[in-house]
Amino acid sequence: MATATISLPKSLALPSRQPVLGPTAWRILAPAFFLILALVPICSMVVPESYPFHLSAYALTLVGKIMCYAIGALALDLVWGYCGILSLGHSLFFALGGYMMGMYLMRSIGLDGVYHSHLPDFMVFLDWKSLPWYWHGTDHFIYAAALVIIVPGLLAWLFGFFAFRSRVKGVYLSIITQALTFACMLLFYRNETGFGGNNGFTDFKRILGFPIAATGTRTGLFILTFVALAGSFLACRYIVTSKLGRVVMAVRDTESRLMFLGYSPLGYKLFVWTFSAILCGIAGALFVPQVGIINPSEMSPGNSIEMAISVAVGGRGTLFGPILGAFIVNGAKSFLTASLSDYWLFFLGAMFVVVPLWLPNGVVGVLRRLRGKK
Amino acid sequence: MRRSLCTLTVIMFWMIAGVSGAVGLTADDLKPLAEDDFDAKSQAIDRVIASGNDVALRLLEALNKERVVATDDDTVLIQEGNTLKDPITNAPVSTAASEVQPIALNNSLRARVASALSGLRLQAPDRAVRARAIDALLHGPDPSLKAEIEAARSKELDPVLKNRLDQLWALTALQDPDPAKRLQAAQLIGQRKDPQMRGLLLPLLEKNKDGAYAESDPKVRAAAGDALKAMAFEQWQIEMVGTLFAGLSLGSILLLAALGLAITYGLIGVINMAHGEFLMIGAYATYLVQEFFRRNLAGALDWYPLAAVPVSFMAAAIAGFILERLVLRLLYGRPLETLLSTFGVSLVLIQTVRVVFGAQNVQVANPSWMSGGVAIMPNLILPFNRIAIMIFALLVVGTAALVLNRTRLGLFIRATTQNRRMAACCGIRTWKVDSYAFAFGAGIAGLGGCALSQIGNVGPDLGQSYIIDSFMAVVLGGVGQLAGTIVGAMGLGLVSKVIEPFWGAVLAKIAVLVLIVLFIQKRPRGLFALKGRSVEI
Repeated sequence: MATATISLPKSLALPSRQPVLGPTAWRILAPAFFLILALVPICSMVVPESYPFHLSAYALTLVGKIMCYAIGALALDLVWGYCGILSLGHSLFFALGGYMMGMYLMRSIGLDGVYHSHLPDFMVFLDWKSLPWYWHGTDHFIYAAALVIIVPGLLAWLFGFFAFRSRVKGVYLSIITQALTFACMLLFYRNETGFGGNNGFTDFKRILGFPIAATGTRTGLFILTFVALAGSFLACRYIVTSKLGRVVMAVRDTESRLMFLGYSPLGYKLFVWTFSAILCGIAGALFVPQVGIINPSEMSPGNSIEMAISVAVGGRGTLFGPILGAFIVNGAKSFLTASLSDYWLFFLGAMFVVVPLWLPNGVVGVLRRLRGKK
Repeated sequence: MRRSLCTLTVIMFWMIAGVSGAVGLTADDLKPLAEDDFDAKSQAIDRVIASGNDVALRLLEALNKERVVATDDDTVLIQEGNTLKDPITNAPVSTAASEVQPIALNNSLRARVASALSGLRLQAPDRAVRARAIDALLHGPDPSLKAEIEAARSKELDPVLKNRLDQLWALTALQDPDPAKRLQAAQLIGQRKDPQMRGLLLPLLEKNKDGAYAESDPKVRAAAGDALKAMAFEQWQIEMVGTLFAGLSLGSILLLAALGLAITYGLIGVINMAHGEFLMIGAYATYLVQEFFRRNLAGALDWYPLAAVPVSFMAAAIAGFILERLVLRLLYGRPLETLLSTFGVSLVLIQTVRVVFGAQNVQVANPSWMSGGVAIMPNLILPFNRIAIMIFALLVVGTAALVLNRTRLGLFIRATTQNRRMAACCGIRTWKVDSYAFAFGAGIAGLGGCALSQIGNVGPDLGQSYIIDSFMAVVLGGVGQLAGTIVGAMGLGLVSKVIEPFWGAVLAKIAVLVLIVLFIQKRPRGLFALKGRSVEI
């Protein structure tokens, strides 16, 4: 980059790198992390079902699912809160990662499907004789895991390259990402696309040889998701505290001024954007084995918007906020759709209006203000 | 002139021949029908057929329906219900229905009667009878009727029936041993360009197993080839016009949806994700007006759209005004948050409509003057409701242009769009302009909803499917430009409809999106970009 060639006077030396987390944060978060890591297996597998501390399979799946959404919200916050790009297409990357994992899970059903065929059930149903080319090799977990990263990453890179190069930004970009997601959703609804059409993938039997519905496997997936969430948090934190992160925030605040200073924002935006998409893909890949189904409705623009509102509720521009927001929004969704299904959309809609109006910095902003007052 | 004289002479001749043939059919000629000897019956039927007049037609119809009866003294009568009629005079007779026996025919006679009947019907004086006979033969051609068809063809005066008879004639003449007739038939088919006749010509150009053409005469083959080419061209033309029409129709709907969006986006820089819901409000307002008319003014039900237009405009405009005052006003300068808020508003509006009207689609019917269509080419019917919407879209655009360019409000809107602070310095109350402009844009969307209700389903999700496309039209055309929006919407409609036949609707959508992303590379600010310092904000 251009900055490297400018020799700075001694007095203007760059400020030292911000720590990834402050010492207090480490002291609180690290023990909490290990505590959860130790307690969850005990509560779900050792504690008998009649005890109040038992973690049921339902609770495990629900919290696991919300953690996946939290990773997605974290990824969205990285581009929205720190780079000023409001993507309404993150559900696409989420679902793509899910579909890649789903391909592996479908293949590992083996001969146990309804039709006892080597082909996935829906292909037998459509009378296909052989696997389409993009299904080859998906029976290897490593390859499928690589696809989880490559496919959303590549799509994001391509789209981002063309969009950022011509300096599409703001609401324009939001709408175009939404249109892309919408178009892809229609594409995946078609049977000919080869991803199971309307019904998507379901009826998984095992993952890496473990039966997928067993409590042990569920606990394992839960732990994995939790570690992934913690890892993503630290990775995002590392990015936003780095020099690159400071440039990215400058892009958010005044892109044109940054360009006058000699930076080209394209590379920075593209990196954050692609990284965010990959995170989202990983979240989707963890999501699918836990809920046991992936279909095109997961791509619907509504899901992207829910992700965005999670970020807004939690507080954008903070990394802890989106995680909190994902738990608040999805917790409320689970609660309200079960008891007052008619009113969930009213509540969601009201949140969209109320949060930007009265909670511009989200829950984290409120907490900060309260702490500041003390 | 000379030709028509010739035709007239021929017709006169035929009429005289017909009249002269009718002489001589008497009750005695019919007597053999009542006898048991089938040879005699056959000769009698031949005589009847040869006479070829009204009596023959009446008698053959009755024979065909097995309603011909005979008394003991071999008088042939026609039975109609309980009355018996004389076949020659068609007058009722006093014989009782119990005194007669039905006349029996064998299969070959029955077939002769049926085929002779269709021949006679082809020349029947009643036009409806002729039309039915021609249609029946077109569906199930009968080669034995060649002579009758030719005779009828030269006598027919009605142009529509003549046309169909020509087709019928070509059907039979293509198999004629005389190459000149085959040639004429192939040329005739080429002139008519009826796609249904295409299947007849194709076998002429095929080769038999031994390598020789099925059609031996090269001239006929050439004529058939020309005819096929002409038909393919005609088909292509029809498809082109059809695609053009579908594209313009989609474009005018997108235009109605995008126009308001372009005004509000250009003015306030707000993408209103609830814009689609204003369409929905307009459509539901139309539904309510229709229900009101049905209950209270059933006589004027056909004219409810005229009342629905102002009502849907006002309903959506009021909703837009409230939205602007209550929510958007507080979020100016924060476009992404506004986007989210308006999305929330759209969710609330959809859910409200779902609770009030139910999740099912409601029925909005076309008034009678809007149903049906005009056939501008064979096989191409343009529905009136789509034409009405195109005209309506034109009117709305014209009105919007008038409001923006000729009124005080329009002047203020344009000034505020170009430079908000300078406009405020000149004494324009920009916050008021914002409200009115937003209401105006919403009202136009309401008009779009009123139009949409005439061609599609009206349900709570109505607006969702149009918001993205109409935004694309705005992006394509450039923000805050009426002309740009028109070109953008029409272009988008046309391009989608041109791609659709090749790749299907879904891939067409994706292709359009890719095209737009590529287009933005070249013209980041749309086709008709605003120029000047205020552009880059």
